[in-house]
Amino acid sequence: MDRREFLKRSMLVVAGLAVPAAALELIDPERLLAARPELRWAFLVDAYACVGCGFCVKACKLENEVPYDANVSRTWVERYVVKRDGSVLIDSPRAARDGFTTGKIELGEGKYAEVPAGEIEKSFFVPKLCNQCENPPCVQVCPVGATYQTADGVVLVDRKWCIGCGYCIMGCPYGVRFFHPVHHVAEKCNFCYHRISRGMKSACVDACPFGARKIGNLRDPDDPVTKTVLAGRVGILKEEYGTKPQVYYVGLTREVR
Amino acid sequence: MVHGEAWTVKELFVYPNEYIYWTIQIVMYPFLTGLVAGAFVLSSLYHVFGVKQLKEIARFSLVFSFALLPCAPMPLLLHLQQPLRNHHVLMTPHFTSAIAAFGIVFITYGMIVASELWFVYRGHFVATVHVLREKRDRTLQETGLMRLYSLLVLGAWDVSHHALEQDEKGVKVLAGVGIPVACFLHGYAGFIFGSVKANALWMTPLMPVIFICSAVVSGIALCILTYIATMEIRKLMAAWRRRENPALPSPTDLGGVEENVVRMTSRYLVMFLILAITLELLDLIFRGYTAVKSWDILRSVIYGKDFTAIFVLQYGLGNLVPFVLFLLPGLTVRRAVVGTILVLFGVFMMRWNVVIGGQAFSASFAGFMHYHLPIWPHDFETFKEGLFGALAVGAVPFVFFVILARIFPVFGQRDSH
Repeated sequence: MDRREFLKRSMLVVAGLAVPAAALELIDPERLLAARPELRWAFLVDAYACVGCGFCVKACKLENEVPYDANVSRTWVERYVVKRDGSVLIDSPRAARDGFTTGKIELGEGKYAEVPAGEIEKSFFVPKLCNQCENPPCVQVCPVGATYQTADGVVLVDRKWCIGCGYCIMGCPYGVRFFHPVHHVAEKCNFCYHRISRGMKSACVDACPFGARKIGNLRDPDDPVTKTVLAGRVGILKEEYGTKPQVYYVGLTREVR
Repeated sequence: MVHGEAWTVKELFVYPNEYIYWTIQIVMYPFLTGLVAGAFVLSSLYHVFGVKQLKEIARFSLVFSFALLPCAPMPLLLHLQQPLRNHHVLMTPHFTSAIAAFGIVFITYGMIVASELWFVYRGHFVATVHVLREKRDRTLQETGLMRLYSLLVLGAWDVSHHALEQDEKGVKVLAGVGIPVACFLHGYAGFIFGSVKANALWMTPLMPVIFICSAVVSGIALCILTYIATMEIRKLMAAWRRRENPALPSPTDLGGVEENVVRMTSRYLVMFLILAITLELLDLIFRGYTAVKSWDILRSVIYGKDFTAIFVLQYGLGNLVPFVLFLLPGLTVRRAVVGTILVLFGVFMMRWNVVIGGQAFSASFAGFMHYHLPIWPHDFETFKEGLFGALAVGAVPFVFFVILARIFPVFGQRDSH
């Protein structure tokens, strides 16, 4: 065998060995879906700008096929009414799908409270959605790995694998998860991953007429969201749980739950 | 209607997606695993620590533990929204999840109990097969039993003194290994709750320990109760059969409940009861003393909304009353029956107060949720997450026990280990 033949055969052997090695590699959905290290999705909510119209909730339900009349939602808006005596009334009727059409505050069990304007110290609206935590407890507790985090930080649920145990619902301190009424598997906001991964904005961001919701890339220093997160006075929800939420709030007050 | 809406009532501000998701089946789950673990620990007290007075109940509780074992995952299965995918937990376990440990721990424990049963009963299998083989006019049932025993012997026909001694050693080792595994089985059930940091009531490292102690209490109580009930039923059946055939042994020949067995077992019950209550109270006091952010809502649930369930039903009726009943001198079988029923009720209420109580307040710390147990089911969901679903799960171990007791006789084997 001359040198040329030896080299040719060696290359064939190496190539032959490389093919099954590549074929044996397990498909990792995290890498498949988002293998871009320059991307980390984050959300910015401006509580000063939100007027509680509920367009975002409506758009989310329609976009993500969460039954319109079901009493669960991927996102919702909370109304806070702080009285002069310091007491706080909070409600989110039907997740604010139709906005806040009445001044009466829902107290549950079919009861309502009406607060006279003179007694109100301040009132405001706070939109809520999945925080796509850096350290998501729902991913940690899922017994089958149906809930997983992509490399760009979004937590997704694989409907084919979820067994419907509800452990993720229990593990989330933000109460954003629920069982899908049709598919009977765990459901949550995923920043409209099918849209953002194609260069679009999430449905709620598009629907908000007041710019109260923004989505951006934390790894891009020129992104307006990143600029506000880095330079502005922003807050996150329930920091004490150590989940490191990636939904940032402008105008967060101590009353917000 | 979304899952949970049928039985959840919301009060004040609760996040829109919050409902009571873990219902009575999740109460039944730690209750049943507790019974499994407790029954096994009771049987091990004789095998490992040589508590001779418990000899009679040791074999009984081992078989009972084995009967309870397949029932432990049943409530979980009934509770799943996708029950047909339950095997995913075993096939694709995600090891950061406490639930994923279930399959491993459960199967390990199951194998230990099955092996121990085999060592305990191997001699009996061989002897019975020999007797039945020689018998000429075997009934169909006897032939079936002979074939089953021949299979169960697994080819180990040696019943020499040395071989039986080896069996006894095997039982001792397995019982010894079984205790930590049984504790782990139930401790990890406690860990499932204790590790949920989002839930202020569950989030305590004491949870697995509290669960283990109350498991032993409930296991011992159920064994005493079932032991007494089985003995009494046996006597009644003997009396009934004797009417037709006076040649059969009389109820007095069969022997009734041995009072010293009940007394001795009750002593262990009280010991573990003290331990369980002490830990639970320690947890309560610690929470009040440290009074972190969640204490305000916890206090309103513990001392307000759930006061009756916690202090009257669980601590009062389920702990204090049986405690007095067991400690009063001259314990009778009748008093032990009342005591054990109350203890079982107390442990069930403890599970209830942990599972349902833990979901009684919103993660917003601003509102409450109440679970209205579905009594009469109007669809499959309200059946399985309601009273009848729980009763069905609770009844199955006794059916298994009746079947198993025919294969592994729990009485009249005084000469064996």
